[in-house]
Amino acid sequence: MTGAETRVIVGLGTCGIAAGAEDTYAAIERSLQAAPNLFRLGRTGCVGMCYQEPLVEVRAGDGRRYVYGKISADKVEKLLAAHHGGDLRPVADWLIWASDGTGSEIGYFAKQKRIVLRNCGEIDPESLDDYLQVNGYQALEAVLEKNDPEATIATITESGLRGRGGAGFLTGMKWRFTRLAQGARKFIICNADEGDPGAFMDRSVLEGDPHSVLEGMAIAGFAIGADHGYVYVRAEYPKAIERLTIAIAAAEQRGFLGDHVFGTDFSFRITLKEGAGAFVCGEETALIASIEGRRGMPRIRPPFPATKGLWESPTSINNVETFANVPWILLNSARAFNSLGTQNSKGTKVFAMAGKIRRGGLVEVPMGISIKEIIYGVCDGIKDDRKFKAVQMGGPSGGCIPSELQDTVIDYESINRTGAIMGSGGLVVMDETTCMVDVARFFLDFTQRESCGKCTFCRIGTKRMLEVLTRVTEGKGRDGDIELLEDLAARVKNSSLCGLGQTAPNPVLTTLKYFRSEYEAHITNRKCPAHHCQKLLTYTITDDCTGCLLCLKACPSGAITGKRKEKHVIDQELCTVCGECYKACNLDAIHKD
Amino acid sequence: MQPHRRYNFRNHHYAGEEGKLIPLLQQVQTEDGYLRRERLLEIEEQTGIPLTQIYGVATFYAQFRLKPVGKHIVRVCHGTACHVAGANDISAAVQKHLGVEHGETTGDRLFTIETVSCLGCCSLAPAVMVDKATHGNLSPSSTVKVLKKYQKGERS
Repeated sequence: MTGAETRVIVGLGTCGIAAGAEDTYAAIERSLQAAPNLFRLGRTGCVGMCYQEPLVEVRAGDGRRYVYGKISADKVEKLLAAHHGGDLRPVADWLIWASDGTGSEIGYFAKQKRIVLRNCGEIDPESLDDYLQVNGYQALEAVLEKNDPEATIATITESGLRGRGGAGFLTGMKWRFTRLAQGARKFIICNADEGDPGAFMDRSVLEGDPHSVLEGMAIAGFAIGADHGYVYVRAEYPKAIERLTIAIAAAEQRGFLGDHVFGTDFSFRITLKEGAGAFVCGEETALIASIEGRRGMPRIRPPFPATKGLWESPTSINNVETFANVPWILLNSARAFNSLGTQNSKGTKVFAMAGKIRRGGLVEVPMGISIKEIIYGVCDGIKDDRKFKAVQMGGPSGGCIPSELQDTVIDYESINRTGAIMGSGGLVVMDETTCMVDVARFFLDFTQRESCGKCTFCRIGTKRMLEVLTRVTEGKGRDGDIELLEDLAARVKNSSLCGLGQTAPNPVLTTLKYFRSEYEAHITNRKCPAHHCQKLLTYTITDDCTGCLLCLKACPSGAITGKRKEKHVIDQELCTVCGECYKACNLDAIHKD
Repeated sequence: MQPHRRYNFRNHHYAGEEGKLIPLLQQVQTEDGYLRRERLLEIEEQTGIPLTQIYGVATFYAQFRLKPVGKHIVRVCHGTACHVAGANDISAAVQKHLGVEHGETTGDRLFTIETVSCLGCCSLAPAVMVDKATHGNLSPSSTVKVLKKYQKGERS
């Protein structure tokens, strides 16, 4: 084996770049200038192990693979030296995954099933040739060869694929309605306006494997009879926009998009639309208004976009992840897909794991797996051995599922029964230091800012709810506040036009359902059980104090007194509960309660 | 301020295409840094879109600014993961270091600081985006270090 066959691949998704992967890439490039034939340097998108970024993989010509974690630029030289001349001696200390089954993080992938993420971390997202090597555009070719749109829709329906944007509508059915609708023109829209805080599945797919989404869109276009598609991407995702632009241009140039795709009568163009920063545009009718150049405000449904969508024409709007599933299903059969999962939820789901978890990143698991299995089996449990308290699912529309319900399985209906929703896939794990009232306040703060203002209860009701939650977290809660929240929540839910308002109270309702005692402690005892709400804390100095003066100097209000080498004291009357002394102390001698 | 260059929207490739308003505003903002009233009037005159509608769109979306901004835009992420990981402390450090509040621009016009709902870098929380570069796994002090790099780059 010659060295030139060995490839060194750097993960260059946004997460990787934020962790310094571009410096790592540049360092490898510099080393290779001296010996250009040693390795071939490549890039890939998100590998999924965001907690180990920057990631570098050494892929040998014979198929052996070694993935290394946390490879900052200064580690490059040692790493390359170990693999010098095609001699594959892995650097054991940094090895996290190897094709021979070794590596510290091997368990991360063991329970995953990668369909949507099949190419993420495998191919260069900026290379169409790389995508073609992994059967890219073959599903589209087969569909066009067969020339039977009804059969394509039937396969997708049979697979049981449901919309991955959160609502879970059967994709095949949506396509069928759009196909049957009357209209001179029809459109496909890919909803990549991933606005839920805590979610980054769509970003990773677009950055890691943009062509599979474009291929899915073209197949959908053929199935419903559309000749034009739009990808609506958040402006906050510059890397995804950059890679999509490259991918669209390459696919058009090679005839996979554009006029007469694969020499047939089918023509399909894709236009990229950048969002302008409005969460409500994730709602389909608001998104359509935004593409049309108007304020992104939702309208009453029906008519649904399937009959009257973009420019009043029948339109099928599907999520990024939904489209990424499509080519796989058509290449591997509906059976292969629907053999995974539960009765009513088939296939896999991608989750963005974040919060107080050891392995935070992107995971794809078969439907039907339990929450516990994802947290402990795949993601190795809670950081710093703290106690698992709850998991937030579905972003601002979702809710908090408490640790007692960790055996709940991932499927649309089971999650709904807890009061949360599947949502698009953000999973934020919380431990005992997270205050649930503060979490509810956080989400309400978000939804009241993002409410478009069309429906009164969503516009004003969420604001009133936020005010109540804010005063509760500041120790000014009143008797009856819980009941007031419940009353407002029901009204906001029932009198809002779109999903934003209808689901905005969910974070409050689920935390009230499972963590009511925390609300009561805030209101009645003026205490935050998680020791998070600053204004409800009391700081005192313990006997561990050595009189080092650090806290005294840090205190902005002069509330701390004491001589050097003598225990200090906080004057509670003067203390503004800012927490600066707690941060300044090196000895844990400041107690907060 | 740079001299006002008249912009010919009629020859622009967006002209005539439905839904052109948002991409037009995005382009103007990319060039000027913010949306100047003169530019909006030009858009009205040349596209026939009423000024009220142009302002309606410009004020609806968080991305558009009607006031000039600093050379670098610092966006502190306040997504769920960042919130849980201490985004408030990061915000406080940025505001303290630069001496301005969120939504404001520093006196030397070097920085404008904003908050953002989520950058999608949740596993590297807390995160801050300066222009198009995302910085992750920050602490209040490392955030200040990042800002200092930009300030230093300015002096050299």
